Amino acid sequence: MGSFKEIVNTISNPTILFTSVLILFPFIFPPTDWFDKWHRKLGLHHLWGTKAIIIATIGMTAFFIYGLGDYNFQKIVLKPDNVPISGMIFLVVFFTWLSMNQAYKNDELLDKGQKPDEFYEAPNDKVLVWPDLVYVELISLIIMSAFLLVWSIGLPAPIEEPANPTESPNPAKAPWYFLGLQEMLVYFDPWMAGVVLPSLIIVALMAMPYIDRSPENSGFYSYKRRRLGISLYMFGWLVLWQLLIIVGTVLRGPNWNFFGPFEYWDVHKLEALTNINLSEIIYIKFLNTGLPSNILVREIWGILITLGYFLILPPLLAKTILRNMYEKLGVARYSIFIVLIITALTLPIKMYLRWIFNLKYIISIPEYFFNF
Amino acid sequence: MPDGKSTVTKSPEPKAPAALGKTTKDIEGLNRRSFFSWLSFGWVGFVAATGGFFTMLLRFLFPNVLFEPVQTFRAGFPDDYIKGEVSTKWKDKYGVWIIRNDLGIYALSTVCTHLGCTPNWLSSSKKFKCPCHGSGFKATGINFEGPAPRPLERYRIVQADNGEIIVDKTQKYQQEKGQWSDPEAFLMV
Repeated sequence: MGSFKEIVNTISNPTILFTSVLILFPFIFPPTDWFDKWHRKLGLHHLWGTKAIIIATIGMTAFFIYGLGDYNFQKIVLKPDNVPISGMIFLVVFFTWLSMNQAYKNDELLDKGQKPDEFYEAPNDKVLVWPDLVYVELISLIIMSAFLLVWSIGLPAPIEEPANPTESPNPAKAPWYFLGLQEMLVYFDPWMAGVVLPSLIIVALMAMPYIDRSPENSGFYSYKRRRLGISLYMFGWLVLWQLLIIVGTVLRGPNWNFFGPFEYWDVHKLEALTNINLSEIIYIKFLNTGLPSNILVREIWGILITLGYFLILPPLLAKTILRNMYEKLGVARYSIFIVLIITALTLPIKMYLRWIFNLKYIISIPEYFFNF
Repeated sequence: MPDGKSTVTKSPEPKAPAALGKTTKDIEGLNRRSFFSWLSFGWVGFVAATGGFFTMLLRFLFPNVLFEPVQTFRAGFPDDYIKGEVSTKWKDKYGVWIIRNDLGIYALSTVCTHLGCTPNWLSSSKKFKCPCHGSGFKATGINFEGPAPRPLERYRIVQADNGEIIVDKTQKYQQEKGQWSDPEAFLMV
């Protein structure tokens, strides 16, 4: 059983974990017909069947019970701050399964020319608020209040010693729902990861109904007719948000180093990561000239790469693989859509650049508080 | 008879109109115009009261007593510090690390330049490591790992007439601005 823990620790290495998730993702949530073909060939559509959720629940429960026998895993999972995350893992898996299961059912019904499962012949196109909605809300409210009361009594808040600005706990972790943002802060300048990207997440959520204006299939779950949209959304939600929360909770230890879930949190774990900026790679490693004193000359390569990424990539994609989408959406909606998507993609790109090349900033102008 | 009829029919009438008349009279007393003037009067009163209340609350933004640690302190004599070692003696009280190398002594701020946590000095790996996002700094204060965009700041460090070290936190020196070459950013001993 010791080797099982070692395997889990090895898979939890961020590069391995993230790469396997990135490769598997399009086959689990196929964005195009081609991926869907393989999705079915590989039998991955069984993931949304009844058997799969039973196996997944048993498997996850067994893993947690087994893990609790390990001191290091137990310390992470049973910490009162982290209990919601353990619950979240189960809830996210279950509700993702539930919606996908329903979506696949509806896809089949629609293919046969039938009405979707949720179809309800409402008189005058209206549904009563009372008792249909309010009653359910009342019951949920009572159950939730009772649950929260029991939880707060059973699991007291982990109050620590009085705040002291000269003493940061090691590791210092944000509230559990912010751990994804904290993980993002490792790869970007604070203004980018703390202000620009979170705002863009909200903007993107608001922009969604204006980018995909088709009223088709609204009001019920379906996948087949909105593959790309759902796949992209699920990537942002499950990989860039949920997975990062789990990484921040389970895999980040003292000094904000990476640790496997069964690895001892050694404060003295030595991890020599000398991060360098793009300008240093170009001028010191390749050209051997030393950094130029002029800021613009020093950062010109990073600026060119960033401009190229944001200004040349979108029209290039519109001419090639995203031509259909460009024609469907028009210039304005396509531009907003593609800028949001490639901005979101800067996160995994920068994560890989950090893990593989120890690259810190593509543009680094600390003189003017501008780093990217 | 018609009189009687009329009285019979009229007799219940005064009762109802009387009641109705009373209410209409009251409503007439508060007609549309006076309703609005009362309303504006009420609003002005409300705004004045809440405005006055919030103005008084402003006072609470300025504390009566401010417990600010002293910005300038005496940090003992140069001989108190061993060459090549980071002294964490003043970290808790003043937020300053004092480091002595072969050439002299300098005072580093304990505020991480990423988001302001307090890094820890790891003597085994000879670096300051921030527990919040993993920024790492060398003993010189230079950032070399993690997301910190610039080196730790140095404070003004001078010697008093009796040879004692004085650290002045009101004056700071930033490496990226080329201020570390300032003679008061580094104490030659």
